[in-house]
Amino acid sequence: MLPVFEVKRPATLTEALEALAGGTNVHPIAGGTNLIVDTRAGKIAPDLVVTISDLAELRGIEIRDNKIRIGATTTLAELAESDIIAQHADVLHQMSKSFANVLIRNRATIGGNLVNAAPCADTAPAFLVLDAQVELASIDGTRCVPLDEFFVNAFETTRQTNEILTAVWFPVPSKYSVGRFEKMGLRKISCMAKVDVAISITLDRNGLCEKARIALGAASPAALRAVDAEAELVGQQLSTQRIETAAVKAAATVVPRSGSEYKREVVQGLVRRLLTAATEKGVQQ
Amino acid sequence: MTIQSTKVQIQLRVNGRVHDLLVEPNAILLHTLRDLGYTDVKNGCEIGECGACAVLMNGTSVNSCMVLAIQADGAEIVTNAGLGTLDKPHVIQEAFADAGAIQCGFCTPGMVISTKALLDRNPDPTEEEIREGLSGNLCRCTGYGQIVEAVQLAAERLARSSSSPSSSLREEGQEADPEDRLLASDGAKRGGEGS
Repeated sequence: MLPVFEVKRPATLTEALEALAGGTNVHPIAGGTNLIVDTRAGKIAPDLVVTISDLAELRGIEIRDNKIRIGATTTLAELAESDIIAQHADVLHQMSKSFANVLIRNRATIGGNLVNAAPCADTAPAFLVLDAQVELASIDGTRCVPLDEFFVNAFETTRQTNEILTAVWFPVPSKYSVGRFEKMGLRKISCMAKVDVAISITLDRNGLCEKARIALGAASPAALRAVDAEAELVGQQLSTQRIETAAVKAAATVVPRSGSEYKREVVQGLVRRLLTAATEKGVQQ
Repeated sequence: MTIQSTKVQIQLRVNGRVHDLLVEPNAILLHTLRDLGYTDVKNGCEIGECGACAVLMNGTSVNSCMVLAIQADGAEIVTNAGLGTLDKPHVIQEAFADAGAIQCGFCTPGMVISTKALLDRNPDPTEEEIREGLSGNLCRCTGYGQIVEAVQLAAERLARSSSSPSSSLREEGQEADPEDRLLASDGAKRGGEGS
């Protein structure tokens, strides 16, 4: 049995936000893949759990004002099946298909994965390379926070306890951009990432790199962009040597814990592999 | 602080049967289903690692240990026993028996549910797709080879039965495995277990 808590099933986002404003130990629940496990483990002991998975305001994937908006309670399975995502954000599409396993993808939501802010959260690096922002609502109003300012530390974000993450936004990527996502874990599939690497590059018609984004997960307490490595690429031909330099710089971004120094080598290898593949694809376009 | 919880009225439709229930706010769907007698839903890890508690919720496969009972209010739940019985097994269940994909049997209900979810969406999966589709279900006897074969066998039989809807598998001359008959008579003796 789980520890005892009360439950509220609001019909609207406003009702949910009012419930959250009523106390500090109030937790929203959507997919429950973190909340139920953490409650059982005693990591959290909610007084009140507020169900938000059915709120219309938090659902759907749409393009509006040249931005893609993904409602927070969109499941990873819904993300994997979305034509909008497959067409415009290949990095997110690849991430969603490798996220945990079918049973978890059918419940886990993008909002929950971001808010939980586990160092190995797969959604984080994928959204980081898309320059995503998160939308946070409370009874006092709504604010948007760039994702790279959202993550503070392992399991720590700038979300206040009275706020609900309602959506993730990002500009519709250029049709010439190419994204790639890969993770390294203990199993080929259905595993927690030991290292996540997401990249997105755009090449101009001369083959020069117009824009580059590289983000790492599980390689530091909070997911982060490897900005030094990105700077290595912009305005350059992505030669084998150039890619290697960027891969080395990305590896230097890793903040290993004791015993996980190997992650530097993994990052270097994955960044090299993904940049090489994306460059080949980008040149063809 | 002691929290006084208030029970919540919910309705579940499980394997076609409607249950109107009062549940604790912290009740987990897994426990609620087992308390109702659906003990084919297995309690393995309770943290979403093993898939033994998998059920179909509105047609989608989920770990019932990670769903609050109140979140399933109004939902259509199908457990392994809802797909078929010992007397009238589902093609997938029959394929698991025929392929020897059941050793201790504890993971089987979840495996069958994940197989149903996979084949509903992808009737002709590759071995890779089968392994991916079942990767949330752990078998501690580690009989994965036979489980993959069972899914392939089920896919073949489903494809055959849908291409010739008038003839059932039995009519096509498929001999029932002796094990099957044993299981069936065993089931008849125990009669209605779990219902």
